[in-house]
Amino acid sequence: MEIDPLIFRLSIFILSIFIGYYVVWSVTPSLHTPLMSVTNAISSVIIVGAIIAGLSGNSDLIFNSSSVFGFLAISLAAINIFGGFLVTQRMLAMYKKKKKDKK
Amino acid sequence: MISANLSAIFYLVSGVLFILALRGLSSPETSRQGNLFGIMGMIIAVTVTFLSIGNFSTGFIFVLIFILVGGSIGAFIAYRIPMTAMPELVAGFHSLVGLAAVFVAISAFLNPEAFNLGVPGNIKLGSLIEMSIGAAVGAITFSGSVIAFLKLQGLMSGSPITFKGQHPLNAMILISIVVLIYLLCSTQSTNLFWILLGVSFLIGFLLIIPIGGADMPVVISMLNSYSGWAAAGIGFTLENTALIITGALVGSSGAILSYIMCKGMNRSFFNVILGGWGATDEVKSSSTKEQRPVKSGNADDAAFLMKNASSVIIVPGYGMAVAQAQHALREMVDTLKKNDIKVSYAIHPVAGRMPGHMNVLLAEANVPYDEVFELEEINNDFANADVAFVIGANDVTNPVAKTDPQSPIYGMPVLDVEKCKSVLFVKRSLSPGYAGIDNDLFYKENTLMLFADAKKMTEDITKNL
Repeated sequence: MEIDPLIFRLSIFILSIFIGYYVVWSVTPSLHTPLMSVTNAISSVIIVGAIIAGLSGNSDLIFNSSSVFGFLAISLAAINIFGGFLVTQRMLAMYKKKKKDKK
Repeated sequence: MISANLSAIFYLVSGVLFILALRGLSSPETSRQGNLFGIMGMIIAVTVTFLSIGNFSTGFIFVLIFILVGGSIGAFIAYRIPMTAMPELVAGFHSLVGLAAVFVAISAFLNPEAFNLGVPGNIKLGSLIEMSIGAAVGAITFSGSVIAFLKLQGLMSGSPITFKGQHPLNAMILISIVVLIYLLCSTQSTNLFWILLGVSFLIGFLLIIPIGGADMPVVISMLNSYSGWAAAGIGFTLENTALIITGALVGSSGAILSYIMCKGMNRSFFNVILGGWGATDEVKSSSTKEQRPVKSGNADDAAFLMKNASSVIIVPGYGMAVAQAQHALREMVDTLKKNDIKVSYAIHPVAGRMPGHMNVLLAEANVPYDEVFELEEINNDFANADVAFVIGANDVTNPVAKTDPQSPIYGMPVLDVEKCKSVLFVKRSLSPGYAGIDNDLFYKENTLMLFADAKKMTEDITKNL
């Protein structure tokens, strides 16, 4: 009997939870705020679903009841992607080491 | 148009890049590169999606327009937001992820053909289960984050809102969500889908209102986790590896952060979630309240003490963020350093309103991160330090947590501030902190209370140094 593809996705999911577990424990506590903003940005990869939804209409009817939700989701996810990555970058740029000449 | 296999490989690549993005955060040096990996992962995922649909018609233009509109709003917010407002921003962003997940689920439910999930009224059972779980978790994330945002922004009272029968009601609603998902999957009814969404929005709202302001670090981390699980749920529906990997990463990341925050308060996760800590202990603390003498001083006294010290440890808390005192604080420290006084910063895990909140504020004020220490790293140094300067922190310095088993915060890890030769405590009044209990530190022999606004007091001390 063939294995259901769902099982493969489930395997990916479970293994990713473990990867996440070990990777996140190694994040230094002083970077926990950037961690939250970057996880925010990457979870907006949900935009791929939104794009499929937005393009589900045909050329005569771009905005149907289903694609409208897709377009809304696209803009929400885009706010998060741009906002999340940029604010993370802005924060990370502020973390500086002690200047050598001060010692 | 590229093949499904090829796009699946690219989605895997972007998933790996997201893992590297988080991995980069293990140290500030590698973190900037990590962020670039994250951006690359996102660009790959979006490009591959376009290529795999292969439809560059009018709809495509609209997709770009919506990305541009959302992107400009996001970029605008990212550049304008003050660092003190980071908790609100993150809560707000969580709500958007949640809502986006809900919208994608609605769209997939109304038009399953576009996603290869079957036809309306006869959606594949597995997909329908995944979709409804994703939608429900997304809705909870959305309404919960909105409440968290309102509380952090001060648009809604930060104190816990509790009422009789709250927990049984929440339990009933949670059970009804499970029942609704079951019924939805067996009947495929559109109405049930809308009811499911409505009930999920409601429970997200009800779950967060009983949680008080200082528990927000746990709430934000928890909602972070939820937004991940919602994304993973949608990832299963769309059979998209990038989404599944990311959802799992974000889900476990948020869960770990909530765990760290709970441990920082020595409370169980359920204790926080069920809410209303300060509220229940208020009566007890006010009845035992007695007038005890405190020593209070002014900026001149504080400057004198610090000038004669050889090492100073600074303990910042939420009050510093409220008063926006981080820049004034760094100026004070600069002056101290010119006088060859050793200065370090001690950060409690739950200081502030979100994990790492204080670190970001200090980084903004140009404090080098190698002068900033976590609780375990620095706690032994208090005994050897001359002055502890507590600015805007309270409960996290309360020695009662170590001495009084009756206290609600007993067992919570605290900074051993009282071991310092002298303690300077900047605070506006003697009022108790979030936990609703008196801080024994106020009445110690070696404590000097500085009653003033944190920013103003710090500036005055600098002038007197």
